This record gives sequence, C-alpha cells and structure tokens, in this order.
Amino acid sequence: MKISEQWLREWVSPALTTEELAHQITMAGLEVDAIEQVAGAFSGVVVARVVSAEPHPDADKLRVCQVDTGEETVQIVCGAPNARAGLKAPLARVGAVLPGDFRIKQAKLRGLASQGMLCAEQELGLSDASEGLMELPADAPTGADLRDYLGLDDRVIEIGLTPNRADCLSVAGIAREVGLLNSLPVTAPQCEQVQNALQDTLPIEVQAPERCPRYVGRIIRGVDVSRPSPLWLQEKLRRCGLRPIDAVVDVTNYILLELGQPMHAFDADRLRGGIIVRTAQAGESLALLDGQTVELDTDTLVIADHSGPVAMAGIMGGQATAVGDTTTDLFLESAFFTPQLLAGRARAYGLHTDSSHRFERGVDFALQVKAIERASRLLLEIVGGEPGPVQEMVAAKHLPERPEIVLRAARIRKLLGFELAAEEVERILAGLGLGVVATDEGWQCSVPSWRFDIAIEADLLEELARVYGYNRLPVSHIRANLVMRSQPEAILSKRDLRRHLAARGYREAITYSFVDPRLQRLFDPQLEPIALSNPISADMAVMRTSLLPGLAGAVLRNTNRQQPRVRLFESGLRFVAGPSGLQQIPTLAMAATGERYPESWAVPAQPVDFFDIKGDVESLLALAGARSGFTFEAGERPALHPGQTARIIREGQCVGYLGALHPSACADLDLGAPLYVCEIDLEAVVQGVLPAFSELSRFPEVRRDLAVVVDQSVPAAELMANVRAIAGAYLTDLRLFDVYEGKGIDPKRKSLALGLTFRDQSRTLGDEDVNKAIGQVIDLLEKKYKAELRN
Amino acid sequence: MENLEQLATQAKAAIAAAEDGVSLERLRVEYLGKKGQFTALLKGLGKLSAQERPAAGARINAVKRELQELLAARKAALEVAAVEAQLAAQTIDVTLPGRGQCTGGIHPVTQTLERMEDFFSSIGFEVVEGPEIEDDYHNFSALNIPEHHPARAMHDTFYVDAHTVLRTHTSPVQVRVMESQAPPLRIICPGRVYRCDSDLTHTPMFHQVEGLLVDENSSFADLKGLIEDFLRVFFERDDLAVRFRPSYFPFTEPSAEVDIQCVNCAGEGCRVCGSTGWIEILGCGMVHPQVFEFSHIDPERYSGFAFGMGVERLAMLRYGVNDLRLFFDNDLPFLQQF
Repeated sequence: MKISEQWLREWVSPALTTEELAHQITMAGLEVDAIEQVAGAFSGVVVARVVSAEPHPDADKLRVCQVDTGEETVQIVCGAPNARAGLKAPLARVGAVLPGDFRIKQAKLRGLASQGMLCAEQELGLSDASEGLMELPADAPTGADLRDYLGLDDRVIEIGLTPNRADCLSVAGIAREVGLLNSLPVTAPQCEQVQNALQDTLPIEVQAPERCPRYVGRIIRGVDVSRPSPLWLQEKLRRCGLRPIDAVVDVTNYILLELGQPMHAFDADRLRGGIIVRTAQAGESLALLDGQTVELDTDTLVIADHSGPVAMAGIMGGQATAVGDTTTDLFLESAFFTPQLLAGRARAYGLHTDSSHRFERGVDFALQVKAIERASRLLLEIVGGEPGPVQEMVAAKHLPERPEIVLRAARIRKLLGFELAAEEVERILAGLGLGVVATDEGWQCSVPSWRFDIAIEADLLEELARVYGYNRLPVSHIRANLVMRSQPEAILSKRDLRRHLAARGYREAITYSFVDPRLQRLFDPQLEPIALSNPISADMAVMRTSLLPGLAGAVLRNTNRQQPRVRLFESGLRFVAGPSGLQQIPTLAMAATGERYPESWAVPAQPVDFFDIKGDVESLLALAGARSGFTFEAGERPALHPGQTARIIREGQCVGYLGALHPSACADLDLGAPLYVCEIDLEAVVQGVLPAFSELSRFPEVRRDLAVVVDQSVPAAELMANVRAIAGAYLTDLRLFDVYEGKGIDPKRKSLALGLTFRDQSRTLGDEDVNKAIGQVIDLLEKKYKAELRN
Repeated sequence: MENLEQLATQAKAAIAAAEDGVSLERLRVEYLGKKGQFTALLKGLGKLSAQERPAAGARINAVKRELQELLAARKAALEVAAVEAQLAAQTIDVTLPGRGQCTGGIHPVTQTLERMEDFFSSIGFEVVEGPEIEDDYHNFSALNIPEHHPARAMHDTFYVDAHTVLRTHTSPVQVRVMESQAPPLRIICPGRVYRCDSDLTHTPMFHQVEGLLVDENSSFADLKGLIEDFLRVFFERDDLAVRFRPSYFPFTEPSAEVDIQCVNCAGEGCRVCGSTGWIEILGCGMVHPQVFEFSHIDPERYSGFAFGMGVERLAMLRYGVNDLRLFFDNDLPFLQQF
C-alpha cells in the first residue's frame, strides 16, 4: 500500500517528520517498507505557456518555440513532438537544476539560442518513462513554480501491510491509526448525501446474499466522459501507484484509495434489463477489462445483467459494459462481498486486483452507501450528470457478525505481564473504534465493521500492546521447575557422528531434498519417488529416495571446479513411499573421490579405494560400542559396482550400503574418477550398546599364526566368523594380517594369514591347549574350505 | 726413568688423538695393561735402590693415574661426540607438514543450529524433530490457517497432493508435541523447511528453528526476555539493541516481528540492513487460543509463546556470508571456511 504523505496529512497531521511518522506507524504494526520522493530533486522549473512553435530552419526534428515564462518570453529550441502553441508545460529556466544535478545553461542548438528546456515527466523524476513534454492543464498559472503548483514536496510512504490489517488499505484507515497514536482528531472528507435529480433505478436482484450481503447501486445520467479528472486527483492516484485513465475510473480508484471501498462503474446503456448478483452458470464466459476472456466456473460470483455476466464480482469488470468514450449514463456499484467466499477466487483465474485484494481481506461492510455518495459527489463535480437515488440491497443476516468481546483486566496482567491503566485501555480501544463498556472484571467491547481481525480477547490484548508500544512492555525471564531429563547413554548423538566424520576428513554438505528425476532413477530405479505438484524446476521435481544423488551432484560440482579430492557427508531424511505408507527415514551418506590423502611430500599419491571408505564406515560404526555387531556382506545396489558393494548388516537387517559407483553411473554423471559412497540408516548408527565389563586376565597370551590357501570366492569375514566359532573359549583376538594372491599360488585361490591370540582368565595356557584349538581350526578350514596349510 | 717423561708424552698424545673407543682400549692395554709399558716400568722398579724405589714408584703411579683419567675423559668425550653425531644425523625439518588425513568440517548451517540448540537446551528446552512431508492439517489448519486464508498464499507451498505438503515451517512439529504431551512444554524444533520461491535472497529449502513454551503463567514479557537473551548470546553482544514490532501470524496473538540493530554497521545503515540500521530476525507471539483448542490444551489455564527464525539468515549475519545460495552449493572453498 502506497500512500502520499500530503494526502494523509490532509486527514491528520502530527508534528512529526516523515521519518518519525514512518517509524511510529512501523512500530504500531504498519511496517514502512520505503519512503520515496514523489518527484526528483529539481528547482527553477516553472509553468510556461508555449506562445508559438515553428520548425527549426536547419533541423527536421527540432522546433523553435517562443515561451511565456510569466515574466518574459524566451526562445526555446525543443525536440518534443507535442510542443505546440497554447500548450502549458514545465520549463526549466536558465539556472534551473534538474534531477542528477543537471544544470540548465543558455545553449545554442543548430545555431539558434535556447534559453532553457521544456521538460518531460521523466526528466523531472515524475515517471519512469514519458512521451514528449509533460502537458499541464490549460488553467495552470503561467509562471508558477512547478513544485508549488503540483505540490511535489511530498513523499510516498510504502507500507507492507499484514493480511489481517485490511482496515488500513486506505488513507482513511491509516489516518485512523495515526490519529490514535498521536491523540489527534481525524478530519474526514464530506460524504453526505447527494441530491437526487432523477428517479431512475435499475432492477437489482441478489440471488447469492450469503456472498453479497450488501449491494449498493446508483444511476447517473448525462455525464461528459471527455472531461479529464483534475490534476490534484490524478496526482494523488499517481503517487499511490495508480495510473490515471479517465475521470470515471479515476474517481472509483480514488474512492478505493481514500476509503478502501472498491467500486465499479458500468456503462448503463450497455446493461440489459437489470443487475443480478449470482454464481456463474456452467459454460458462461466473460471478456474482462484486461482483454482476456475467462471461462467461469460455477463457484464464481458474478454480476450479471439479463443477458449474462458483466463482471466478476469483486475482482474485475467486463469489457462489454465498460465505460468508454461514448458513455453518457453510468451505473455505479458499491458492494460488500463476503471475504471467506471470495478468498482464493481471483487466484484461481490467475488474477489479483486492487479490488480482490481488499475484498478477500475484508472491506468495511458499513461503508458502501457512504462510498457511493462520495464518488457521486466527485463525479458530479468532474463529469457532471444527474444522479438517481441510491439503491441498497441488504441481507442483514449474512453481514459479518461482530461479537461482543469480554476483556478481563486479569488477562492483560497474565498475558502481557503488566498492569495497564483502565483509562489507557479505554482510550486505546475507543480510539480504534470499539464500543467499550466497563464491567466488574474488565470491559465489554463491540467491534467496528472495518475490523475483521478482532474476534476474541487475545485480539484485544494485541491491540492494547500494539498501540501502547511493544517496546514499552516489560521484560522478564522465564521461571520453571528444574527437572532432569533422561538421556539414554546408549543413544549416540548425531553431533558425535558428524564430528567423527569431520575428524576423518569429511565435510558436511547440505543438498536439496528434491532431486532430478533422472538421477533418482539412476540410483533407485525400483522406487517410485514422491513427485511435487508444483516443483520449482524440472531438475528439482521429486523427493529424494536416497541421499546419494544429491551428494554425487555435490561431488561432481566440486570436481568440475578444480577440486579433484572430495570427501563429503550429509545427514537428512529420505522419502520412500511403500505399501505401509510414506516413510521419512533419517539417513547418513558419505562420498569420497580422488586421492586417499591430501597431496603431500610424506605419502605417495594413491587413489582412494573401497577399503578407505570402509575403514571410515567401520570407525563410525565402532562409536556404537564394541558389541554393536555390524557386519558386511557382498551385495548389490542399483548404480553401484556389482563386485564392489557391501551390504551393512545389523541384527540380520540390511541397514545400509557401501560401495563404488558403477562405472556406467560414473560415465552417466560425467565423473572422471571412481566415487565411493556409503548410505546408512541413522537409527541403526545411533543405537549404541552400553559397555559391559569383563574380567582382565593376569596370565600371558599366546599367539599362533596360520596361513591357509582357499578359493578366491571364500569371503574372509565368513571364514573368520567360523574360525572364531570353533577356536574355543580361549581365543581372545583374531586378525587377518595378510591376503596374498599371485605367484606361487593357484590363480583361482588366495592365501589368508590369520593371527590367533589365546588367553585364559585362570592359568597360563600350555601348548596342548593351544594346539588343540589350532587343530580344530585347521580341521574346519580343511573340511569346509578345502584349505591347504601354507608354510 | 728418563724415558718415563717421554713415554708419558707419547701416551698423552696417543690418547688425545684416539678417535674411537676401540683405539682407546688398545692404548689402555698398550700402556696400562698387564703387559703394558707402565706395568713394565713398575716391574723395572726392582732394579732400583731401596731409596730411589718409593719416589720412582710414586712418579710412575702418578703418571699412570693421569693417563687413566685422560683415557676416561677421552672416552666420555668420544661418547658425547658420538651421540651428538647421531642426533645431528637424525635431525629433520620439523616444519614439513605432518602426514595423514586432513580434517573435514561441519556445515555452517549445522554449526549455527547446534549453537542455537545449546542455548535453548541450557534453559531446559528439548529438541524435537518431525516429518518434512506433512499433511495440511498440521502445517496449516491446526495452526489456525484455514483453507483460502491469505496466509496460505503467503507461504508459497510445495504440494505433493491436495492435502500433503512439504512443511513450510517447523510449527507442525509443535502441533504434534502439543497433541501428544501435556504442558508444561518447552521445546525447540529445528529442521528443513520448504517454500516455492527461488531468487537472490530465497532458496526453495532452508532451515528454521522454532520454539514453543506452554505453561500456566507465561507472558509476553517472558517472551521478550527470552528472545532478547537469545539474540544477545547468539551474537555475543550484551548491548545488542532488540526491538519488537507488531505483526501478524495466524497462530499467535499478539504477534511480533523482532529486529536487531544491524550487526554489520552497528545501526549506522549499510548494505546488509538496507540502510535502516535494523535487521528483521525472527517472528514470535503468544500462542493463539484457537491453536491451543485444536490441540486440546485449555487456553484459560495455560498460556504460551512461540517463535521461529531462519537459520541461514542467522548464519549469514554471524559469519558475514553475503549470498544465501552458497549454503547449498556445497563448494569446498566455501565449506572449508567454517
């Protein structure tokens, strides 16, 4: 909402600077977004009359004008096409300063002297673009200073209103606030009844009274639409952001800005029969004022005549019945439409108008007659004509209810935290237009017709706090009983996981939760992702079923930007729709590419491989405690290398994957180097196991090493699990310290070197104890894996 | 005996010239050993007269002792020299970079979130998370935003279907807590939120922390105190100016927007604050009675307040980041700065 400061000050003018006024209303909840000058900074510009305009002898496009400045006649060479004898236009005299500190000097243009410059609106900072000279009214006083004449020492205050404050979508509404804030009376313009000259009326039938509880109309015959609206009115519209069009439209817009009542004027001659306010019928369409034709749905309220819709109620008028050059008779409309039943309608048609903006938020439902009288008065002054009587159709039971609200002094104390004097409460509420009656416990309040946002006691508390000033309200500190909360020790915090990964060289990334459907298909072709109905772009159209597409994208972005070594992790939800409904699964993912270590003198350059990231994953999982029981087994997952993918298992459940990106996926993503990734359910990672002490042994341990040759297909983890199971109770540690394939070994086999450590709690183990265990192990390996002992 | 002096001189020179322990040992044997030259001299004393013998013996023993001391001293000196030589040989350039993995880091948004969680946890607020794909009841209706309410349009919502949205704020988590737990409540709800908006200053996803306190006697004054405290500890500025402006949210009444004095220019006016000296930092208010009623909390008995703020905005101000979109580009040169 843009408002001219001068216009506001016609209503109420506190002794405050513009900045002070802006601050005051901002702190009352009407946030000032901007303050702008209505014109550029200029001086020395006067109203001038072009006496004559002759072609320049040496230039086709220039004219040589004799211009009356009020004091003298000067010669001006001018290029504007509309420079003509009789025109009143702004003249920057020699010595004038135009916006941009542009000084006007005596000049010669193609050999002829020019003593000043005739100005266009743009040159004076009055508009962003203009064609030709600014044309001033014929009665503009020649010689007058233009700033004084147009009242240009004015500023536009732009207010970003919250949707609840529809009552401030007008000069009247803002003036009401300013008056209260400064305890000043507000001067409203004359709105009394216009004397009827005719008895002409139009039949009005409101078929949808719940949507249009009040419809007010009036015929005005014999208007002269060729007469423009006066400069003061045009200037007010311009300063509030509306373009002057013709006197009739300008007046309805003026009322919209001044009082907040959207109005519409029909060409009465083009209305067939009378007015019917009804919902649209199936198949009806309407050509709107903005040139487009819309198919109306049956939930849309229209203003119709006896031949069909002529306006979309509260949103926009129709083309066919619009006021035009040939109009002589008007039908003025001033209505109240129920906000809840209009809300969203304009948007459904892709429309948003000054009118729909106000009706959706709530227009004062007692304003319609006053507004039509005010508009009639202005129209009669400007375009003449004879008014008929005001016709008013009211369905009182459908007008908004204004409940009585009980305001308790105790609630002010409790919720605002202080005692507000009774006189102050009454002054504020009355100033807002509420009816206030003191009672035993507080006040009984009635809400004015323009406030749609006051319905309960809490709303009144806000009004009191707002007008009193939020920053004058007291400050206190919360008090509460100190109660300890349980914190399960076995549950790891996500912070610890993040810190751990950071210590191992990973940087946390945050990628969007919506991804490119193509990438989503690459990683999880078996899952149907959740698609957004209104994605921001095609490559952010589906919710991620995995964190890997986003992380791979972040890796790629870095490798494309000269960062060949990348280690990232991310935690967040992934979204999987399943038969049991949507699952939003907290997930942790990691990705690593490039060198194993940062480039260094100390370590040879080696690319990262599967076992680097596996080591990182194992160390992360180890945070869950020594007995957390994660295992890995060979597995497959779309987009991962079938020979380099492990499933992460806990308690028999697959809780995640770890592996190299499939070479074809790398090619698809344009990744130049192998990428290793891991994705694991956070719930599984954070679920730790409490430590449980076991007795330490005082006796020495015995270590035996075994090297066995087995088939390459034997998974080491499985073999070791079997060894652990059969080696007996004395086994305390089992290590795989060498894996060898190659020379000296059958090409289909491999050598595994195991280190077994034995120890007992109660005695020193003898050879026979250890030999027995080793014998069992060898026996198992030979039988189960056809292992050969290697020397 | 005349060659005693000569022998002593010769031995001293040999000891001084010895370069290692082996040479020294050989000299010891040569001069002082059982078959050594001084032993031979002592043996030769027998040839002297009884009067000469004690003085001659004493002289030989004195020289012998002197040689023993010289041998020991030389040995010690050689040992020291050997250790020094070894140390010299083992000297490295300690300014070379260390070996191994470099340290990664935590995203600045997460760091900011964690700090915020710490401040509120320290006064008894519990951190609660919730779903990001929400039903419109929890995202809107239960927060007093009925269908067609203009506030729904304010939210630029991503829709999955007619009744399912990507949450536009973390307030639905508060609703879920109010539905399932009895007051008193003190929670904060951090997390990702989504708005269908993307330009220089908006990303379609960002993070919020929202807080909720419900108790029997909580007031707007408490809310002001809590928010002022938080902003001052967050920015580590005890004198940070904070102001409350009336505003509108459907789920709070009274509602306020909170501005802080610009932390970039200390209120002088700059690019960061749009020359106003103030920065809008969060929204808050007393919980709307209707919201309590949706969650079956008695608004006569309980009162409460809620607040919500954008984490990226706080992180930008705290660390001086000048472009919101950097947070989601995940460029290492950016991430490495935190």
